[in-house]
Amino acid sequence: MLAISGINLAAFFATYLGDYDWVPAAVLFASWETLYMVFLSTAVSYLVGMPLAIILVTSEKGHILENLQLNQVLGSIVNAVRSLPFIILLILAIPFTRWVVGTSIGTVASIVPLSLAAIPFVARLVETSLKEIDWGLIEAALSMGASNWQIISKVLLPEAMPSVVLGVAITAINLVGYSAMAGVLGGGGLGTLAYYHGYMRYQTGIMWITVIVLIVIVQGIQMLGDKAAGRIINKRR
Amino acid sequence: MIEISNLTKIYGSGHQEVMALKEVSLSIRKGEIFGIIGLSGAGKSTLIRCINMLERPTQGTIMVDGQNVGSLNSLELRRLRQKIGMIFQHFNLLSSRTVFENVMFPLEIAAVPKNEAAQKVNALLELVGLTDKAQVYPEQLSGGQKQRVGIARALANDPKVLLSDEATSALDPQTTRSILGLLKDINRKLGLTIVLITHDMNVIKDACDRVAVIDDSTIVEVGDVLNIFSNPGTPTSRSFINSIVNREIPAEILQRQVIDHGLNSSRLIRVSFIGASAGEPIISSMVQKYAVAANILYGNIDQLKDIPFGNLTLELIGPVETINEALDFLRKCGLEIEVINHAGN
Repeated sequence: MLAISGINLAAFFATYLGDYDWVPAAVLFASWETLYMVFLSTAVSYLVGMPLAIILVTSEKGHILENLQLNQVLGSIVNAVRSLPFIILLILAIPFTRWVVGTSIGTVASIVPLSLAAIPFVARLVETSLKEIDWGLIEAALSMGASNWQIISKVLLPEAMPSVVLGVAITAINLVGYSAMAGVLGGGGLGTLAYYHGYMRYQTGIMWITVIVLIVIVQGIQMLGDKAAGRIINKRR
Repeated sequence: MIEISNLTKIYGSGHQEVMALKEVSLSIRKGEIFGIIGLSGAGKSTLIRCINMLERPTQGTIMVDGQNVGSLNSLELRRLRQKIGMIFQHFNLLSSRTVFENVMFPLEIAAVPKNEAAQKVNALLELVGLTDKAQVYPEQLSGGQKQRVGIARALANDPKVLLSDEATSALDPQTTRSILGLLKDINRKLGLTIVLITHDMNVIKDACDRVAVIDDSTIVEVGDVLNIFSNPGTPTSRSFINSIVNREIPAEILQRQVIDHGLNSSRLIRVSFIGASAGEPIISSMVQKYAVAANILYGNIDQLKDIPFGNLTLELIGPVETINEALDFLRKCGLEIEVINHAGN
């Protein structure tokens, strides 16, 4: 089943782990599922959350696309979704998930509630990054005759990039936690593993293994994020 | 080049209404360096922003090169803005772009073909003396270098007007002088009209042809820099000039007037020299011609843009008629005379 450089891992595990020889493969598979869910839901949440953030920022009073009504409506929706505890959103989203994916169980289905929860979070996070940009830069671009789109694509986004990249890491790490919660409701990944084996069957060892793997994943994501942001910042120095 | 008439700007509404500009009218000529000086909060920042509609006037019209900027639609306004360069106190360079790319920015906005734009950028970097910094990011530059990038960027689309928003206020005096030198250079070479706002009278003195003094949302005085320096018409102008040229007579000198000169009388006068007359020995000819003693109490000489300008505080001692004759002589020589004080008979 698994073979690395000539060693038969299945035989290796069978010898040393006895009845638990299935565990390494299961942990590996669950980790992959978790990463898959986190990656895709992060991608979807930025796809929707970024434009939302841009609208939230630019529709503010005095900004390039001032539209106070739109700003208020969007802001309220974002706040409303953010105020829902994830476990409740997970249940509320079931009909919608079924409608989109066809089922509410499994890894692919989990991406829907995960994204729904992350979109408003991303919107606020990116909004904060965009607001850090000095108004003087926007004013300078306006004075050169830049269009609104040029200001968004050539000033706002590139200037906010290091901060946005750090936000991606924060979002992905949050989603690792959320994905475990989704796992409890049949979402797959490390959460499912920990719940069915570690909790329901009192296999404490498996619980601890998932904890360690989660820690490694979170550290890895943070490191990647820091590195990517650092690279952008260093280049500009 | 720029005609501002009856410009009023009010921020907020109802009880929070703040009048930033009140019926301001100004006429700025083609090719001149026009300074607007005022304290912070006087409205100069709003005024310069109305010229390119970064601020919308509440009332009044602004014509730039024959175009009424307030009546343009957004596309026309963007086209016009490409022809009005602007530089800022805090430079406002994009940290995500190199020096080269920063100067390229306005050319991208104007959709200039890449090759042509790159040539233009190189020429501009040469003009501002930053060719060797082309591939550097702004963070690595000093304040003066950043402002040079700002100037190159503002010139990219061959503007007719350059607006300078406190462009030297964040710089040290030496750098300020070199940036002003660059602006004067550009003004001469390209015939560019420059409007600058500042709170520093030195900037007006070094660079401007004409100046408007703004105080409490209105223009209180407009004129040639030379005239305003030699003969400030309002207390605001006077206090700006006094901030850099010492025109106040020390109290100790005024007290000397109590001294008894016997039959003679004494007069304290201030003489202002402008341009060519600053080089002539007028005072010494006066002393030779008339029987008055001239006691030099205080004097200085300065440079207004490129013209020497000085003033001298003298005590003239002699018979009243002779003093009057001597004063007439000085006036005839084209000097500005101000009698500060009479004493004696």
